Amino acid sequence: MNFLHFFLQHHEEILELTLEHLWLVGVSTLLAVLIGIPLGIVSAHWPVWNKPVLGTANIIQTVPSLALFGFLLPVPWIGARADRLAILALTLYALLPVIRNTYTGIRGVDASVVEAGRGMGLTDRQLLFQVELPLAMSVILSGIRVAVVVSVGLATIAAAIGAGGLGEFIFRGLAMVNNQLILAGAIPAAIMALSADFGLGLLERRLRTR
Amino acid sequence: MERTSANGPVIDFRRVAYRLPNGQPLLQDLSLQVQHGETLVFLGRSGSGKTTTLKLINRLLIPSSGEVRVNGALTAESDVIRLRRGIGYVIQDVGLFPHFTVERNIGVVPRIEGWPAQQIQQRVKELLHLVGLDPNVTSRYPHQLSGGQRQRVGVARALAADPAILLMDEPFGALDALTRDQLQREFLSLQQRLKKTVVFVTHDLREAMLLGSRIALMESGRLLTVLSPPDFLRSNDPLAAAYVQAFGEGLDSVANRGTS
Repeated sequence: MNFLHFFLQHHEEILELTLEHLWLVGVSTLLAVLIGIPLGIVSAHWPVWNKPVLGTANIIQTVPSLALFGFLLPVPWIGARADRLAILALTLYALLPVIRNTYTGIRGVDASVVEAGRGMGLTDRQLLFQVELPLAMSVILSGIRVAVVVSVGLATIAAAIGAGGLGEFIFRGLAMVNNQLILAGAIPAAIMALSADFGLGLLERRLRTR
Repeated sequence: MERTSANGPVIDFRRVAYRLPNGQPLLQDLSLQVQHGETLVFLGRSGSGKTTTLKLINRLLIPSSGEVRVNGALTAESDVIRLRRGIGYVIQDVGLFPHFTVERNIGVVPRIEGWPAQQIQQRVKELLHLVGLDPNVTSRYPHQLSGGQRQRVGVARALAADPAILLMDEPFGALDALTRDQLQREFLSLQQRLKKTVVFVTHDLREAMLLGSRIALMESGRLLTVLSPPDFLRSNDPLAAAYVQAFGEGLDSVANRGTS
């Protein structure tokens, strides 16, 4: 089988680009979580912020990914390196599911539980960290899961601006009309998305049984 | 909680009104004192303002005008966290933390108050005994309990830090008749031992008569009258009389339906 042969022959490059891909997805997801969860908390607690925050995240989501890469190119510092640019773009895309699910998760906490906690004299901080976030965690996690799966796919486009990752193979394969090259990028990306989906799904279910 | 004024009322409403942000009045011109060790029952239908009144005591709501004092101190000016931790709060939906075991639920306030683990464990054991729960429920989660057990845990949680005041908002309203009856009687004997100052909200005259030392009748955001249970039965107030009739003749007329 010459396809398997091709994989074996290029295994070093495949591994390298897979790691690059992981780096892009990992860093952008981490940033999206660090920014998105606080924004979700803010919109859940102060309804005034709900529309502007979720609206903005929604609008970002509608910008075609290639165009977003283009828009960010002239931004100083960010535009100077392709990987920074790719990470920023992926972070922006990953924000919406994280913010939305944090918001939904917190708003979904039983009102009587929050009222009882407040009436007992829990501070806002105690209520947030001991009650609201733990109870919203499975919903937040499912948002992160969506963000990761989408990012794995989107990150292939980052190769178009020279940020590396598995998209390199795909673009090269497209240019050379070589299916083996395309598959060398697509298969590892698909495996990555599926394993992230499975692993986070497992974690989510464990949190939900409580 | 320390009582700052030795013989004054524990809770004191002075011409209190509460309006929603849109101006709709939920409570008007309420003046009432709750004395140490009594069980004051607010009786009224939904929307009469009884729950609003209760929430003004632990400052879940702040009066739009007038003042509420707890142990002589204005609630609007006191440290809200300290105020609430000195007041036990029991609600109809119980509001147990679903991700905490029974033991952790009961120990919430002692834990945030920084009690040592040993002491919390000891206190939980005491409280379970007090509210009539088997000690082996400690490691269960709320969804593994029956409705009656959950409300017992709710009462135990409210009593955990030994507050002098207990606010109870239709605590037995969602229970089946037999469990409700049992919990009401147990609460009565518990209260005779503990002598807490209790403010209780209900729409059930029977419950009000059984548990209350005084009954405060509410309607459309106003306090109509405050009467002892025996006086309530003899009252000329039309609403009080309507309650007595509804509850007194209710069973007979249902039992005799179609036969007369």
